[in-house]
Amino acid sequence: MVGLHKSEFKNPVVRWIDQRLPIPSLLQKEYAQFPTPKNFNYFWNFGALAMVNLVIMIVTGIFLAMHYTPHTAYAFDSVERIMRDVNYGWLLRYIHMNGASMFFIVVYIHIFRGLYYGSYKAPRELLWMLGVVILLLMMATAFMGYVLPWGQMSFWGATVITNLFSAIPIVGPDIVVWLWGGFSVDNPTLNRFFSLHYLLPFVIVGVVFLHVVALHITGSNNPLGIEPKGPQDTIPFHPYYTIKDTFGLCIYLIVFAFLVFFAPNFLGHPDNYIPANPLVTPAHIVPEWYFLPFYAILRAVPDKLGGVLLMFGSILILFVLPWLDTSPVRSMRFRPLARPFFWMFVISCVVLGYAGAMPAEGIWVTISRVGTAYYFMYFLVILPLLGKLERPLPLPDSIAAPVLRGGGPIPAGAAAKPMEKA
Amino acid sequence: MQRFRTLAFAAVLALAAPAASLAAGGGPAPPAQSWSFGGLFGTFDRASAQRGFQVYKEVCAACHAMKQLAYRNLADIGLSDAEIRAIAADIQVTDGPNDEGEMFERPGRPSDRFRSPFPNEKAARAVNNGAYPVDLSLIIKARPHGADYLYALLTGYKDEPPPGVPVMEGMHYNEWFPGHWIAMGRPLNDDQVTFADGTPATTEQMARDVTTFLAWAAEPELEQRRAMGVRAILFLIVLAGMTYGVKRKIWADLKH
Repeated sequence: MVGLHKSEFKNPVVRWIDQRLPIPSLLQKEYAQFPTPKNFNYFWNFGALAMVNLVIMIVTGIFLAMHYTPHTAYAFDSVERIMRDVNYGWLLRYIHMNGASMFFIVVYIHIFRGLYYGSYKAPRELLWMLGVVILLLMMATAFMGYVLPWGQMSFWGATVITNLFSAIPIVGPDIVVWLWGGFSVDNPTLNRFFSLHYLLPFVIVGVVFLHVVALHITGSNNPLGIEPKGPQDTIPFHPYYTIKDTFGLCIYLIVFAFLVFFAPNFLGHPDNYIPANPLVTPAHIVPEWYFLPFYAILRAVPDKLGGVLLMFGSILILFVLPWLDTSPVRSMRFRPLARPFFWMFVISCVVLGYAGAMPAEGIWVTISRVGTAYYFMYFLVILPLLGKLERPLPLPDSIAAPVLRGGGPIPAGAAAKPMEKA
Repeated sequence: MQRFRTLAFAAVLALAAPAASLAAGGGPAPPAQSWSFGGLFGTFDRASAQRGFQVYKEVCAACHAMKQLAYRNLADIGLSDAEIRAIAADIQVTDGPNDEGEMFERPGRPSDRFRSPFPNEKAARAVNNGAYPVDLSLIIKARPHGADYLYALLTGYKDEPPPGVPVMEGMHYNEWFPGHWIAMGRPLNDDQVTFADGTPATTEQMARDVTTFLAWAAEPELEQRRAMGVRAILFLIVLAGMTYGVKRKIWADLKH
């Protein structure tokens, strides 16, 4: 219907705007009143932290781009100029560099939280899938960003990763030449990576917006994995979760600040302070730490195409996870059988990360293979079967019920029943 | 139990990080030295860095460039404006073209970059038996174990390789160089330079001083960074404490 929006704001200026463009009303509804389960633990901070991290990356990135030169002859020196001559350039660059690591730490915790508490299950499948899209975009952005300083690892990492596409039958080599814009990783490659590295974060912003919209349709999951039954189960987002997120943000910033100010190169590789040299291959080419588990999967397979397929498959499989997990119970708290398998999955990811950092020889190949096998088994065999075999613990009647009883034993009345229809 | 699980989760993630730095290693770690700039709060020993600059200027600079540094940067390690001008004026810089279109030579200025000993990599290789003396601006950040490695390398030359190791002609045996055979001959010998402050110029002393100088050159922002970090983290801890208090107060009205 055409006509002014009915505004409840008293302030005449806000009211005037709200009647014509009801963003204040929207924010009031979605960020102030938004009913949120009252039982979040601190793992529910990480979505907000990821959002803040994205903003930090974009802001520092914009200022870095003002001083950076995307040319093979100048890129390395322009980064050094930022470090030495630009006012607080070292701060900008170290925040951006370590911000990438912090972003992956935060997002990986966010993802494992979703895996543990079953946040991907109906009705949140699309919310989850949008998250996987964000992860893929983040990986592409981080990879291209790492190429920009044009150090040895930048160059050789770019060479290794772009060469993966040559494994595609028939058209592979042509695709690689097309990606490079030439016959090796060179200036055209650096130029396009810079362009895309600047573009993709804004695509991420767009998908994050969809991720948040989808979240506000289904509402948040919670540690019990049961839907709120009424107002007694929820609290308004503001001030309860705004302040809780702010506290979490302070802790996150302390960790971030420690990295930036006291160990800025701890997560980096010394070779990237050597200017790129196409004629000298580093002894061990390793990606940044956040890609190591996937790198281990890639190298676990003796066949190049097979390795590439498994590596991409390890992320793409997350898209169908909502349908692979057959258990109607969301939270692992009520899944005694699934819980040890989940923790073994976490361990397999860490072990894969460790193996990815090691030379692909001897025992590390075997370890990578075992880790890879478990990674895929967890999704393709264990989760589908567990749903059928497992007898979940009885679910509480409501979120308020166990909360009011101080989390004590669940009364006998709470019969074992699968997740309520949501 | 819930708390334990949370902690276990955090621990697992924390363990994942060192894997990355392990990847950077390779080979045995050189013995850890005590550096003025080490630890979380260390600062550069100015006298040592200045002596180190002298070692660089009189020894290393014959082959190694440091093109990321300008003479003006030396003010950071305590050289006076007059000293910097004098050091810069000692070199000749090709500038131009002038109004006649000619390139010309002029004395260096503080704003000039450190003069490179060779015009390009090919020229450097031509006179160094095919080896390229690397730029030292970032050497401490560009090697695993940074300062410890460099000190070990500079003091790790052996006149003879261990028994059974075949001698490589034109190369030099070094305990700490990856692969042991390094093209660079022993660069530091006792009393090679004369320090103005009377410090005995032993090989170890020169190695320590030049490493301090190069550590500063690689991370000239280190002192400012750490000082700012202390303030930032103290501020954040206070802010986190206050935020937690507000959070407790806001949540107090919920019945649990």
